[in-house]
Amino acid sequence: MHPGLNEILFISTALFFIGVYGFFTRRNLVTMLMSIELILNSVNLNFIAFNKYLWPHRLDGLFFTIFVIAIAAAEAAVAIAIIINLYRSHHSIDVEGAEEMKY
Amino acid sequence: MAVTSRQIFRSAIYLLFSLIGVAGLYFWLQYEFIAAVQIVVYVGGIVVLIIFSIFLTQQTGEKLPQQKLGRQLFAALAAFCGLALILLQLYKYKFTGTTESAIEPTVANIGNQMLGTDVGGYALPFEVVSILLLAALIGCIVIALRTKTETN
Repeated sequence: MHPGLNEILFISTALFFIGVYGFFTRRNLVTMLMSIELILNSVNLNFIAFNKYLWPHRLDGLFFTIFVIAIAAAEAAVAIAIIINLYRSHHSIDVEGAEEMKY
Repeated sequence: MAVTSRQIFRSAIYLLFSLIGVAGLYFWLQYEFIAAVQIVVYVGGIVVLIIFSIFLTQQTGEKLPQQKLGRQLFAALAAFCGLALILLQLYKYKFTGTTESAIEPTVANIGNQMLGTDVGGYALPFEVVSILLLAALIGCIVIALRTKTETN
């Protein structure tokens, strides 16, 4: 039994907006990063579903997914380096605490 | 629950399980290579990195402060409106598939098409991503080095 395209798109839409909700409500940098990971995962799921159901004679969506995963890994590494750096200088990782570069 | 739990370590564990669920969906769609990459990179790399950073930056057992109700309400409203809009569009639109025969997403096909230089080959984006990874590596080293010289 295979899932239909609409079911996969429903799951990925729900995942995307759960990530958006977390990004709006959270004020901690690590949890905001986790929300971004959820959003990127939903995009990957969309690419894979469209590749399987609408474009099955090529593998373009699969390559986009691989590149998005690589970019997400690089982004997470850089973001965590920045977060630890911020914690050393501020002793907190809330976004309200990091206001030096505003304006 | 990954976005609502007030204990940050628990929310990291919930994130782990949702990423494993997405990998299970890839298995279900018979894209085994992507599922393996998902498990290795996300579960093995990013979640471990996030848990490390939680331990480095958070006093254990300390709960996150309760969010303001207005902000929570606004975010839930915005997310729900977006969800409703997208789902409405999704069920109105009829997707049209192609009639060409599918090729199997085996590792050999993936490698041949990814590193091919003919039409539809992905050799150039592959190199660009490798440059990006190198730049991220150098950026991390620079960020780490600057604090060390400041503390000295």
